[in-house]
Amino acid sequence: MIGVISYLAFFATVAAILAVAVLGLNLQWGNTGLFNGGVAAFFGAGAYGTMILGGPADPLQFGGFELPYPIAFAGGVLLAALVAWAVGILTLRLRHDYLAIATFGVAVALEAVARNAEWLTGGAKGLRGFSRPFEGLITDQFTYNLVFLGFVLAVLIAVYIGLERLVRSPYGRVLRAIREDEVAARALGKNATRLRLEAFVLGSAILGASGALYVSFYAFVSPQDMAPILTFQIWAMLIVGGAGNNRGAVLGAFLIWGAWTSSGFLLAKFAPTSVQIYTGSIQYILIGFVIVGMLLWRPQGLLPERIERTKGTGKGAARVSAPQS
Amino acid sequence: MIQNLLDGILTGSIISLGAIGLTMVMHMLRFANFAYAELLAIGAYAALVFDRVFAALLPMADQAIGPLSLTWSLVVATLGAMVIAGGTAVIIDLLVFKRIRDKADALSMVFASFGMALIIRNVITLIFGLKAELYSNDIVMAMVLSRDPLLLVKPDQIFVLVAAVVLMLIFHIVLSRTSFGYALRAVAENPNLAQVAGVQLSRMVIMVWLIGGAFSAAAGVFYALTNHLSPLIGHNFLLPVFAATIVGGIGSVYGALLGGFIVGIASGLALMILPSGYIPAMPFLIILAVLLVRPQGLFGEAQT
Repeated sequence: MIGVISYLAFFATVAAILAVAVLGLNLQWGNTGLFNGGVAAFFGAGAYGTMILGGPADPLQFGGFELPYPIAFAGGVLLAALVAWAVGILTLRLRHDYLAIATFGVAVALEAVARNAEWLTGGAKGLRGFSRPFEGLITDQFTYNLVFLGFVLAVLIAVYIGLERLVRSPYGRVLRAIREDEVAARALGKNATRLRLEAFVLGSAILGASGALYVSFYAFVSPQDMAPILTFQIWAMLIVGGAGNNRGAVLGAFLIWGAWTSSGFLLAKFAPTSVQIYTGSIQYILIGFVIVGMLLWRPQGLLPERIERTKGTGKGAARVSAPQS
Repeated sequence: MIQNLLDGILTGSIISLGAIGLTMVMHMLRFANFAYAELLAIGAYAALVFDRVFAALLPMADQAIGPLSLTWSLVVATLGAMVIAGGTAVIIDLLVFKRIRDKADALSMVFASFGMALIIRNVITLIFGLKAELYSNDIVMAMVLSRDPLLLVKPDQIFVLVAAVVLMLIFHIVLSRTSFGYALRAVAENPNLAQVAGVQLSRMVIMVWLIGGAFSAAAGVFYALTNHLSPLIGHNFLLPVFAATIVGGIGSVYGALLGGFIVGIASGLALMILPSGYIPAMPFLIILAVLLVRPQGLFGEAQT
């Protein structure tokens, strides 16, 4: 029984960490229509940033400043936001797919740095050892895992509420207006480029927060954690759950992470040994089919975007299918 | 220095071939196609299959030509691979991109192309395995061009450079001398106006996929001939071919050709100051530099 609860807590912790990332992507893609092709880069920036600031001192290594947890966490988030700002300021005023190419490029570049800059990132072996939050207070591992799950869920709920308030505010309506019709939004005097940049940086900061949580959970980070497949997983979660809908984003995170871990488990258990080394490839193909299939047959996702009428124009929410911006 | 330059020119010719179709597709269909570079991998592996089949059927075709490791069966296999890759590009467009194009926006197509890239790459991994393959296991000695500074060139590399330039020249003649070439350029420049002038857009889209697929297949085979085959060819060439199209200006075929050489040579020269692990990031730096200085690229029209 304890084993089952332990596993469920472990599963829920990872899924909730990924759900934070999906919420960040939802602000970019779902609400503002920005294509982030390098989710893994911002997640990785958050993870490495937190680890370098808060990790243990190592004479062979830059970093390991052993800063208090909240500062390390904020540093990771800030690093992700800075990377997003640099990429965004160069690309957001151009044709929309430049952002896709540049974010994909930043993921390739940061992965190269993570793999090669040993003085900074530990290279392929990564960085390990991180004093996890509240670790000193609770000695029992089982209790600690539950407390940590509570901490992650609290962050998830805070991000969720914050984003819900944001997208329902006038600010959120402007973001959607830019997504739907940029010319019209500009005609109303909205600075589309600046608002896009703000949404992109904020979304990337949330992706960075997810990375920071991830490194706090595993107390370990390596280039493997920012491999391109992470970008695909986060996308699949968002598009299955429903782009533009924050509840959908969280639902998608738990569903896809469940499908991912159980498919890995089933392949490990029932596939012949000769196939085992290709487990990853089979899972990647499944993720690819989920993305393409959803786009073809149900682009609005399981929980479509809900656009509430502004107060005074009518009662209740008008359900519409996700608009094709 | 000169060795890096030579290697860069060679890589550049391969990137240029890969970028020709991408720049046309990106301009005509208005989306960044992240599945495009997988056509290089499809071409390279299709040629591997054809080569093995031909060599088994006609053992005499499995003879190396002169000092090259290239065999006649691989030459024929490459032509077959160009057809296969072109056909695959058309089929993928009909099955996926056209259906999304008809009902959704360009960004959904970018999204779908990412998914297709993941599927193609891993299907290739499942069929051919993760390990690197070679067309020929014969050892071909590099020619020493000079001893001080040491300059080494393999005969295969010279062949690849010549073949790539010949393909580009043929394409140049088609573009500049035939009415099909005029139509193609017209569509690339302004799809709506070209339609008014009587160019059938849907047919041109198919032609562009066929041409792009064929050139990409050649690029894939050329890369595999001078290096090796791996399911990651597509992934590794994706950023370089994007960089080539952005440097040249999206929609400009000649820009893409020049852009390919610029990216190849810059990456080659960068090896002198950077460890090789950072080279995959080089095209990204080039993209950033172009976006900073001249976002429309060398030959592109200014866009907002």
